[in-house]
Amino acid sequence: MELSGLAGYAIFFFTVAGIYAVLALGLNVQWGYTGQINIGVAAFFAVGAYTSAILTTAPSPGHVGGFELPFVAGLIGAMICAGILAFFVGLVTLKLRGDYLAIASIGIAEIVRLFLKNEEWLTNGVRGIPAIPKPLSGLVVGGDPLLFLCVILFFVVLTYLVLERLFCSPWVRVLRAIRANEDAVLAAGKHVLWFRVEAFVFGSMIMGLGGALYAHFTMFISPEAFDPMFGTFLVWVMLIAGGSGNNKGALLGAVIIWGVWSGTEIFTSQLPDALVTRASALRIFLIGLLLEVILILRPQGLLPERPPKLSGSE
Amino acid sequence: MEVLQLIIYGIVLGSVITLGAIGVSLIFGILRFAHFAHGDMMTVGAYLALVGVGVLQWPMPVVFPLALAGTALVGIGIDRVIYRPLRKASPIIMLISSVGTALMLRSLVQIVWGPDNKIYEAGIDIPYRIWGLRIKPDQITIVLGAFALVVLLHLFLHRTRMGKAMRATSDNIDLAKVSGINTERVVLWTWIIAAAMAAAGGIFLGIDTRLNPIMGWRILLPVFTASILGGIGSIYGAIFGGLLIGVVQELSTLFISPAYKPAVAFGIMVIMLVVRPRGLLGGRQ
Repeated sequence: MELSGLAGYAIFFFTVAGIYAVLALGLNVQWGYTGQINIGVAAFFAVGAYTSAILTTAPSPGHVGGFELPFVAGLIGAMICAGILAFFVGLVTLKLRGDYLAIASIGIAEIVRLFLKNEEWLTNGVRGIPAIPKPLSGLVVGGDPLLFLCVILFFVVLTYLVLERLFCSPWVRVLRAIRANEDAVLAAGKHVLWFRVEAFVFGSMIMGLGGALYAHFTMFISPEAFDPMFGTFLVWVMLIAGGSGNNKGALLGAVIIWGVWSGTEIFTSQLPDALVTRASALRIFLIGLLLEVILILRPQGLLPERPPKLSGSE
Repeated sequence: MEVLQLIIYGIVLGSVITLGAIGVSLIFGILRFAHFAHGDMMTVGAYLALVGVGVLQWPMPVVFPLALAGTALVGIGIDRVIYRPLRKASPIIMLISSVGTALMLRSLVQIVWGPDNKIYEAGIDIPYRIWGLRIKPDQITIVLGAFALVVLLHLFLHRTRMGKAMRATSDNIDLAKVSGINTERVVLWTWIIAAAMAAAGGIFLGIDTRLNPIMGWRILLPVFTASILGGIGSIYGAIFGGLLIGVVQELSTLFISPAYKPAVAFGIMVIMLVVRPRGLLGGRQ
């Protein structure tokens, strides 16, 4: 491979890894901080992607919008829509045992998938939404991918810094306390349900942001782009491998697992066509195996959670 | 008349869902976690039967118990290798691990049999016509088969020592341990029964429609809904919930676009979670 090809691949690699990193950070708020199991990551991702796409594309006769709003408006809209969806899901499920949220979240993923596919007036159905604008494009000839990588990295760093700052806040301390012992938090007079809903909504908004970034990266989205189960699963493996509860772990896990996933594709793409579908199944099998091995041998992940230092305890 | 016809389809679908929901409820009662790989266990059962019917050319009545036994072995194996080391961790970790298991089972089926649709036997199953209703012989087999399995399970739970031990463990695991029940043996039997029931459900689903690596994952949501509806952890609730979900899902096509049929189960679940999370027949919260 030529040097420019290699650089191009590196840019692509880190752009996608950055999008996954945003998703893993969002999941870290839900699972890592609060202990919520959201198996519908793909639903919030898809809602974010579609919202931003509809808000920023040029008007189309096929469906509602687009509204030609700026990129940032698309991102904000994506986060709001994902947050609204999460609010209602959370309100119904978060007062019950964790299993119910897990079960309900696969239902949400299924409904969102069916909705995107069937409601053509809004989403253009299976034809998808094309020509989603890419921010900063055309500024430097041939520099689009690199500039977009910078945009992605900006949002990864921003999300990371916000979450790190929050990690030391009283808010996250309550969330982690809920995870450890819900009754004690109730006894301390905290409104547990409310904190849970907040955490779930906040995490889902970050996932919506990830979805929006993805839409502007690929510039075309359709319901087929989201394999709900697999997308969600990969993000989970990233967070657990990197270290649940640790934001650096979420970043590290995103890069490593995306590396493993895309690295194995280089091998399977050499196989004859007849074997390609089976080879991709083999890759999914191996990622599943990796998760089981991590859960059994190193459940805390590569970078375990580090409780923040209490102020005053030197 | 159309309503009656849909109810018949609903009972057939409901029989399949029931067989899955019984296993989910049993596992939840004893091991305290929602088993996300249960749908894919149904897929494994269906494909094991395909080996007997398609490759070995044995008749289905011979293959059926063998496929159930084979899936039970798969269930025991998964428990030994994957879930047992996690049992001391929290049930939540087992739930996440079962999502991984689900994907592993599904991709394994895809590696071995490929992604295309398969059927047990070619040919048209000519429906009987009774008072203008169409009922296929296969559908009668499915409903009677599911009914027979449920009766067997009932007898097992009430007439055998192990069945009683299982019910006791499900009620109160600490009390069961103190009274000398070997809970590891109870867990073993839980997997045997849950996996065999799942296999039966998967085979029936394959007979009624087609085999596909994703068939079990697609039916997982109605299966969970059925067990929640009946009160998760309660086996009789699962039977009731399964039939209800099957019938409601079929009847819903009268009112809403059939494209949303898979979402109906979810809608029922949400209403249930808001109104009565313990399930219609009681059970655990």
